[in-house]
Amino acid sequence: MDRPFAITLQPGSSRANKTGSWRTERPVYVDLLPPCNDACPAGENIQGWLYHAEEMGYEEAWRTIMLDNPFPAIMGRVCYHNCETACNRGKVYRPVSNAMLFGESGASFGKAEYAGVPGSTLRTTTQQGASSGQRERADYLRDGTLDEAVGINAVERFLGDIALKSDWQIPAGKPATGKRVLVVGGGPAGLSTAYHLWLLGNDVSVYEASAQLGGMMRFGIPAYRLPRDVLDKEIDRIIGLGINIELNHKVTDLLAEMEEGNYDAIFLATGAEIARNAYIPAGDSSHIIDALSLLRSAQDMERPQLGRTVVVYGGGNTAMDAARTAKRLGASEAIVVYRRTRDKMPAHDLEVEEAIEEGVKMRWLSTINRVAGEKLLLEKMELDNTGFPQPTGEYDELAADSVVLALGEEADLSLLGHIPDIVIENGIVQVDSTMMTSHPGIFAGGDIAQKDRTVTDAIGNGKKAARNIDNWLRGIASPDSVRHPLAEWSRLNTWYYSDAPATMRPKLDAVRRQSTFDEVVIGLDESEALFEARRCMSCGNCFECDNCYGVCPDNSVIKLGTGMRYEFDYDYCKGCGICATECPCGAIDMVPED
Amino acid sequence: MTKGQAPTPYSGSREDIVTGQESKQEPQQTPSTPRQVKFYQTGSFAVGGRLLDAPERTVQSGIKRTNSLTLGHRACQGCGEALGARYALDAAMRATENKIVAANATGCLEVFTTPYPETSWQIPWIHSVFGNAAAVGSGIAAALRAKGRDDIRVVAQAGDGGTVDIGIGCLSGMFERNDDVLFICYDNEAYMNTGVQRSGSTPPAARTATTEAIGRQPGNQWGQGKKMPLIAMAHEIPYVATATVAELHDLEYKIEKAMSFRGARYVHILVPCPLGWGSEPANTIKIARLAKETGIFPVFEAEYGEVTGVSKIRSKVPVEEYLLLQKRYAHLFRPSRQDEVINKIQEEADRNVRRFGLLGEDGMVQPSDTDKGISAHLGGKVG
Amino acid sequence: MLEQLEGSKAVARAVAMCRPEVICAYPISPQTHIVEALGAMVKDTTLEHCEFINVESEFGAMSVLIGASATGARSYTATSSQGLLFMTEAVYNAAGLGLPMVMTLANRAIGAPINIWNDYSDAMAVRDSGWIQLFAESNQAAVDLHIQAFHLSEEISLPVMVCMDGYVLTHAIEPLDVPDQELVDKYLPPFIPRQLLDPEDPVSIGAMVGPDAFTEVRYLAHAKQLKALQKIPEISTEFERLSGRKSGGLVRTYRAEEADTIVIGMGSVVGAIEDAVDDLRDSGISIGAISITTFRPFPLDALREAVGNPKRVVIVDRAFSVGMGSILATDVALALAHNDIRLYTVVAGLGGRAVTGISLKQCLSKAVKDDLEKLTFLDLDVDVVERELTRMEQSKRSGPSAENILRDLGTTTPETEGQL
Ligand SMILES: Cc1cc2nc3c(=O)[nH]c(=O)nc-3n(C[C@H](O)[C@H](O)[C@H](O)COP(=O)(O)OP(=O)(O)OC[C@H]3O[C@@H](n4cnc5c(N)ncnc54)[C@H](O)[C@@H]3O)c2cc1C
Ligand SMILES: Cc1ncc(C[n+]2csc(CCOP(=O)(O)OP(=O)(O)O)c2C)c(N)n1
Ligand code: SF4
Ligand code: SF4
Ligand code: SF4
Ligand code: SF4
Ligand SMILES: [Mg+2]
Repeated sequence: MDRPFAITLQPGSSRANKTGSWRTERPVYVDLLPPCNDACPAGENIQGWLYHAEEMGYEEAWRTIMLDNPFPAIMGRVCYHNCETACNRGKVYRPVSNAMLFGESGASFGKAEYAGVPGSTLRTTTQQGASSGQRERADYLRDGTLDEAVGINAVERFLGDIALKSDWQIPAGKPATGKRVLVVGGGPAGLSTAYHLWLLGNDVSVYEASAQLGGMMRFGIPAYRLPRDVLDKEIDRIIGLGINIELNHKVTDLLAEMEEGNYDAIFLATGAEIARNAYIPAGDSSHIIDALSLLRSAQDMERPQLGRTVVVYGGGNTAMDAARTAKRLGASEAIVVYRRTRDKMPAHDLEVEEAIEEGVKMRWLSTINRVAGEKLLLEKMELDNTGFPQPTGEYDELAADSVVLALGEEADLSLLGHIPDIVIENGIVQVDSTMMTSHPGIFAGGDIAQKDRTVTDAIGNGKKAARNIDNWLRGIASPDSVRHPLAEWSRLNTWYYSDAPATMRPKLDAVRRQSTFDEVVIGLDESEALFEARRCMSCGNCFECDNCYGVCPDNSVIKLGTGMRYEFDYDYCKGCGICATECPCGAIDMVPED
Repeated sequence: MTKGQAPTPYSGSREDIVTGQESKQEPQQTPSTPRQVKFYQTGSFAVGGRLLDAPERTVQSGIKRTNSLTLGHRACQGCGEALGARYALDAAMRATENKIVAANATGCLEVFTTPYPETSWQIPWIHSVFGNAAAVGSGIAAALRAKGRDDIRVVAQAGDGGTVDIGIGCLSGMFERNDDVLFICYDNEAYMNTGVQRSGSTPPAARTATTEAIGRQPGNQWGQGKKMPLIAMAHEIPYVATATVAELHDLEYKIEKAMSFRGARYVHILVPCPLGWGSEPANTIKIARLAKETGIFPVFEAEYGEVTGVSKIRSKVPVEEYLLLQKRYAHLFRPSRQDEVINKIQEEADRNVRRFGLLGEDGMVQPSDTDKGISAHLGGKVG
Repeated sequence: MLEQLEGSKAVARAVAMCRPEVICAYPISPQTHIVEALGAMVKDTTLEHCEFINVESEFGAMSVLIGASATGARSYTATSSQGLLFMTEAVYNAAGLGLPMVMTLANRAIGAPINIWNDYSDAMAVRDSGWIQLFAESNQAAVDLHIQAFHLSEEISLPVMVCMDGYVLTHAIEPLDVPDQELVDKYLPPFIPRQLLDPEDPVSIGAMVGPDAFTEVRYLAHAKQLKALQKIPEISTEFERLSGRKSGGLVRTYRAEEADTIVIGMGSVVGAIEDAVDDLRDSGISIGAISITTFRPFPLDALREAVGNPKRVVIVDRAFSVGMGSILATDVALALAHNDIRLYTVVAGLGGRAVTGISLKQCLSKAVKDDLEKLTFLDLDVDVVERELTRMEQSKRSGPSAENILRDLGTTTPETEGQL
């Protein structure tokens, strides 16, 4: 159209006006470390695999787990899921009313000024870890808490299980390096190392003292928590890769084995299998066994004579498993005796809960003084102000047919006897940040080398060790791992997440649980797993919600298309920061222009 | 399992607005239907999402959205009006297959979009004067009707000043004649373009350049002002709705719904103004959200003069949460806290909650509640 | 074909012949009969494809027309006096945007004191708005001018106001010829808007223009009006060719050749002037008249040429600028600035006061003897004015003047009641 001068204008001609010059702060997209990822001892990229699971890309999700952890189905059953404890979704957050900040308390959490009131601020937490330009957020929250942590563990199990059902296979690893590595011990640490070393192209052998692989996953963890077919299948999948396994091969002289087998490096993962003992005065008639033996015989389908009333002494996970196993083996009463209180118990909360659900009884603040015939003499304890139990001199009697000791496990270090330069402290083999002992070429991990004795830590150790062994063998230094700043709760704009309580995993009914070794916890079905996956808030990493693209008043966010995320158009972005405020997951930082 | 067979992801574009009509037509899902499968992370709260089906995404999430208001406009950083206008007009464009014509009153929206020699509009657009946008819209509609072009639809738009004050005559005429025009008011609660003076939409106690925070009753007077959506409803026009820039799905729904009617329609959008409200530009959407969640700005819709749906408050928060983010209310907190005034504002918000039934599960308002409330209001203010 | 018609009805018929697409108006005397007639024609479908809109105010009416015109519809409204002032902001706007449309202004005085009768205060109030202003000296001229106005408006893309004297013309019934549809269709080409609100080809109309371009925009508006000075005679000639009737144009002379005295007027007063000219000529006085049809753009050159070189010019004007005098006179003076001509102004017919032949002749007789005041108020009741001036001198609270004078005169105006 022939337009009248000045009064009538060409559409969209304002593009000539580059408003980007107004900006004093620029938005930038960041990828932060989600707290779940940060907390997972196996170093899984949880948010990464949930992203695939959310869109029903289950195989892709499983493969993403497999990059870090070869046992998703096992993990989904026995892992204590630190990830869920860390999950932002489950963080209870007490809202501080803005108004409170102006009251007597004078509480002040940050520096921003609101309503022009100096020193006043909304409830914000000062950013830590986040990159410099992160603006303070004063997120207004509904009731102060979202619902519950994402059921990461349950989804992992779902993925592990459909992988087994669908027979998904591990793709070929890297080209062979020609290096030979010996892994001593076929527990989770050893198997994880072997798997990762194989992926990296190494020639791996595993020497296992017993007749079966799995370590404590098989001889400790009872079948009602980890069905053996699941264990076997996940282990078989690894063995199938072409890892050399030697069962019934107990290593007694490490250096000799190394030389004999012409190995370039060793990974030591023999675990902690010696039951710790306590001296309890007892007459002949009393029946005292240790928990590991009890559990092992249960695994071997033996039924030790326990009698009707079984007392388990100790407060760890092993104690819980022993008590629950005793019940399944026919004890009408299983009583856990522990010196401290419930909250001081090292056993995982869930395990204690499940034990109680199954009728296991607890005697807190008690020690076994001695065994007198069919009776135990218990001494009552009380906690001193440091939280340590002190004897009170008060006694109590308890009828018991047998006593199971579950007082912890220690590593058998005899195979290191000949190697003087390996450092051991408190029964734990000391390793450096690359998992190598002070003896070059000998690496160690799992229960033998650390205090955090869990399957997941063992697997994480294995991955880390494998990567370092590989680097060491290639003669390259391991790169310092760059950890992204943590995606803290305070970065989230939780308004955007819909309410969605966690999907509880159903449990077997109590009667069945007490008499059989059937798996107690039942997995999620697909719709539940999908629901659960979609509860992930994608903390600190863009999940393509289109918010920044939509909310920019200056049309300065360019959407690149599904999976390709977004770009800022700095020619026009005025730096208002709305995109950063409204990003649900905190994946946008505002940084000052220089 | 392939993506196609998937249980449908959360389909929540209308999650918390349930109109009476809708619930009649599509009965709620039976309780046995698992609620889980509909869920997706953000539901209808975020702009889009890779997992949502196309119809459930907002117009704004589209890679090819029309950007009726495009790059290079001169609105302040974080301007809610710029955002609201693009939201509304893009939605109107989608609803009409891009066949809209817009008339615009004088005000920020006009000034920041069309300073010679550039315009940011990509739609046919006309600015005449401050108080006549509705009438210009009527004229456009009349011309189109005379030419038999019922495919092209008309939007007229103005700030709150151009709507509730100087424009109310033309607007009321347009309503009363039931001209086929959608009128959109971008309410930033003052005359911003001329430097933040009070309008009939300025809330009590708010500081403006003509209601300074000085004297015995700092800020805007109590007992004044008008509620344009209710005035619009009194015309018994086919459709009246309120919305905020914080709830895009709701806003787009309302614009599209409005476009489904012929005749006069009115959508009143709350658009925070960082300059006039003294708020952080980054907080524009958040403040709009708080306006709704406190009950200060009721979000509802009405057909032929009757409220048919309200957007429920998701979680009610005290008005301080809202007030504190805006310097125009700073005098309520400094040098000392003005509890009496804050409580009064809280009471107003609570009254809205009662009057419109903003809390609770059911999206339908209890007619008795609103009728009483609204007629009381009309009696007191308009009648 | 001549028909006995009321001016308003005839104008309404003429407008309808132009096939307007949007008509809208707000009632005000003496404009009402025009829009009532049009409304009826739309209602009974005599006038098809036309929207008739009953608006809430004149401001609304003009605003509706702005929207309609920008959407390519041939648009029409009519108003008077207070109504024109009520729409003033939009009147300026329509011109500023260069939107074609036609408005009948049934000229009426502006209050206070409120007065429904004829003068040109209303037209003059928007004289500088950018509208083209044509003045009809008769109802036949009004009919013809409306048809020409649509042509002109659309040709140069400016709004055109056709001024016709309230009551004097609007309510007068006389034999009139309203051209038939065929003629009008032949005369008036279809409306092709210079700018259009069209989703197929979007533009932004009504930008904010700052000092950097405002002067140019104004100059261009002026240039358009200057162009109209050429177009108006062409359009008038074309109309004459089809209808056989001479009407429109810039100025019209009457027995003005070689006259010593030229009387200049606009609108219906021209008839009275011409009668007086005839009488005076008969008594041997060298006198002629000029009627100004096109007031905006003001035809400086055409007027100078038409005036020629008389000894004196008398301007008889219904437009009065308080504190200054005749409004028309200032413009005429500018046109004649180089000529050595004595100028007299006669302000006549304010607020509907009849311009009688006798008074006019008396006045002109004085003028030809250079015996006239420079500024004369025709038939001013000097005594009444003197008495009120004295009252005001004597008492601070002398009360409202208009009411005082009415009381003084012992008159009331019952005939005006109910018509305001
Ligand atoms: C009862 C019980 C329940 C548990 N429950 C859980 C749980 O639910 N979740 C969890 O995360 N953790 C649990 N744990 C801890 C977890 O099982 C261990 O931390 C983990 O198995 C340690 O792995 P590892 O590979 O280091 O050692 P192990 O699993 O102990 O494996 C060591 C392997 O090395 C072999 N070996 C030992 N010495 C030699 C040798 N000289 N030569 C060759 N092979 C040798 C052993 O036979 C064994 O197979 C539980 C532990 C117990 C005891
Ligand atoms: C008749 C008239 N009066 C006053 C103005 C001055 N004026 C222009 S914009 C404006 C304020 C606009 O306020 P609002 O309609 O609320 O829009 P905002 O700028 O706040 O978006 C005023 C008073 C004008 N342009 N015209
Ligand atoms: S391995 Fe454990 S901590 Fe890691 S993601 Fe799985 S459940 Fe969470
Ligand atoms: S707002 Fe949404 S789309 Fe934008 S960065 Fe954040 S998560 Fe990604
Ligand atoms: S919302 Fe837009 S203008 Fe504001 S900082 Fe983000 S990209 Fe820039
Ligand atoms: S003054 Fe307010 S409404 Fe106007 S452009 Fe700035 S932020 Fe937008
Ligand atoms: Mg405003």
